[in-house]
Amino acid sequence: MLFARVVGTVWSTQKDEKLGAFKFLLLKQLDQKNQPVNAYVVAVDAVGAGVGEVVLYATGSSARQTKQTEGKPVDATIIAIVDSWDVDGEIVFRKDEAT
Amino acid sequence: MFLGRVIGRVVCTRKAEGLEGVALQIVQRLDEAMHDLGTPFVACDTAQSGLGDVVFLEDGREGCYALPVFLVPVDAVILGHVEEVTVPDRGIAWREAR
Repeated sequence: MLFARVVGTVWSTQKDEKLGAFKFLLLKQLDQKNQPVNAYVVAVDAVGAGVGEVVLYATGSSARQTKQTEGKPVDATIIAIVDSWDVDGEIVFRKDEAT
Repeated sequence: MFLGRVIGRVVCTRKAEGLEGVALQIVQRLDEAMHDLGTPFVACDTAQSGLGDVVFLEDGREGCYALPVFLVPVDAVILGHVEEVTVPDRGIAWREAR
């Protein structure tokens, strides 16, 4: 999975009917140092994430491994909202500090 | 499957259904000579790995067979701890420091 910050929402009324009820969020990928990577992804939200939050998302066929996305044309799904992470024992990100 | 080194941990209280109690580790992929390969990513951990441990992993959804619940949106899973890697014809012999 990869880190990302939710930077926006994507609304679409005209879309593949299998995507009917999904909420799409726009993600800006982050690296393990919490620095933005030049990559945007439109992902289905499986955990109720909000704009500004840092999340983990899965890509490829794994994105279809939820009850909602099973059998649907989805290749990116948000799987968790991140509280904190550390690298080499040093805290890199903590939600309440919003570093 | 491929090799990696655990370089960090991720804490998430809100996760997708089925991931309760599943640890999340930050992993740096390694080549057969234990050199860094590509950029770090996050994997679920079924091997109680610690910081600095060398592990082997699976990407894609096959790794989900090793998790308590199969139907989870996970694309990388740590499957085991590595103590030794040898590639005789390249003179590679790595062993975990005890």
